[in-house]
Amino acid sequence: MIKKTKQFLSSLMLIELLKGMLLTGRYFFARKITVQYPEEKTPQSNRFRGLHALRRYANGEERCIACKLCEAVCPAMAITIESEEREDKTRRTTRYDIDLTKCIFCGFCEESCPVDSIVETRILDYHGESRGDLIYTKEMLLAVGDKYEKQIAEDRAQDERYR
Amino acid sequence: MDALMTSVFGLWGPSIAKTFWILLKIVAVVLPLMISVAYLTYFERKVIGFMQVRIGPNRVGYFGLLQPIADALKLLFKEIILPTASNKVLFFLAPVLAIAPAFAAWAVIPFDLNLVIADIDASLLYILAMTSIAVYGVIIAGWASNSKYAFLGSLRSAAQIVSYEIAMGFTLVGVLMCANSLNLGKIVMGQAGGFWHWYVWPLFPLFIIYFISAVAETNRAPFDVAEGESEIVAGFHVEYSGMAFAVFFLAEYANMILVSMLAALMFLGGWLSPIPFIPDSFLWLLIKVAFLLFCFIWFRATFPRYRYDQIMRLGWKIFIPITIAWIVFIGGMMQTSWGYLFH
Repeated sequence: MIKKTKQFLSSLMLIELLKGMLLTGRYFFARKITVQYPEEKTPQSNRFRGLHALRRYANGEERCIACKLCEAVCPAMAITIESEEREDKTRRTTRYDIDLTKCIFCGFCEESCPVDSIVETRILDYHGESRGDLIYTKEMLLAVGDKYEKQIAEDRAQDERYR
Repeated sequence: MDALMTSVFGLWGPSIAKTFWILLKIVAVVLPLMISVAYLTYFERKVIGFMQVRIGPNRVGYFGLLQPIADALKLLFKEIILPTASNKVLFFLAPVLAIAPAFAAWAVIPFDLNLVIADIDASLLYILAMTSIAVYGVIIAGWASNSKYAFLGSLRSAAQIVSYEIAMGFTLVGVLMCANSLNLGKIVMGQAGGFWHWYVWPLFPLFIIYFISAVAETNRAPFDVAEGESEIVAGFHVEYSGMAFAVFFLAEYANMILVSMLAALMFLGGWLSPIPFIPDSFLWLLIKVAFLLFCFIWFRATFPRYRYDQIMRLGWKIFIPITIAWIVFIGGMMQTSWGYLFH
């Protein structure tokens, strides 16, 4: 009975509601934690899995040997590889497409690669302006690799002892 | 020619001049109102942002100050989609019916002593009538859209507005008993002489109930079941886009400012300053209204949406009994020797 009266009085006096308003009122003056994206960015791990890249050796030879392990392991079946024998009798890809609209950025391709050729970079803000722009071909992936090789190598070196 | 003009002016001059003067006064009220509606949306986004530890819009202009103008431009250029199965006349009539009373009610709002478009004796009744008409806009919008969501939303909104209007009407009765007048200017002047003379104090429960009912009347959170986006998409204005949607939006915010203005006039002494030796000014009214609007937004940032049956329970089983009891109580007190406390 006393409990019920107490409850009745506290709901009549809007106690709980005032407590809630006090809380939001306190947060009104709290320090804001918004990250203003293009100017500010959140810290990124060196293991960040963003846009893919195909790497080359220092002498300019592409690393990929068309073993197709990444194609086999890809859970989203986003990778399509065709290969041929090159003039110097080595096996190389003639086609290496990643459909980024299918990709789930799990990083399995990078883990499966025996020669560290396919990697995922820190790049996260790429875009396409028409249908098909996000199907990355071998040339595009190699271009990404060439452009960001320094960063890619640095991140791999940092992670070396865990690999 | 000159003779003709002078004769026309002689014949029509005074009446035309009078019409022009009235139009000018209307513009002088509606234009600042539109601008304050636009900036109320900005204020709302900023305040809610701050309470959610964000910073709110800050990209368009300094501190995002041009954001409402950008929003208005966007809505202006958007296509107005007319649903095939809708009732075309009513579909376009509904936004007009929603906004016209919201603006018309401002005709009797006094901004300062004698600073009012129409100083009529029954101004409080006029406002009550005007805000009641606004519900037709919502009902017609929901019905003319010929959509289930819109129809459900308008039904909810209609039931809610009608129920809370009763509680709201009773709180106004309390004010009338204190002020002995239906004229808003006289109601404000009845509270002259410092903040301890304001009607909030003798009518405190009625003030709280008035303000909560006002939140419910304007379909604002936590009473926004009429447009509960998690249940019925957007309620009565699902089918509206572009400027037609913007007009509903405008009406909602104009109503918010109107009910805050009424609360400030009836309970918080309108343009009167809280301490007698500080001059009374329109600025006091602005400060009071701004604070009440801040509370509206504060509620929205704090409370989750009410369940529909709880809204009805609150309106009928709690607010109406409390208001009636308090009216009887002040009526009784006025007959005793403490009656001066209630005038």
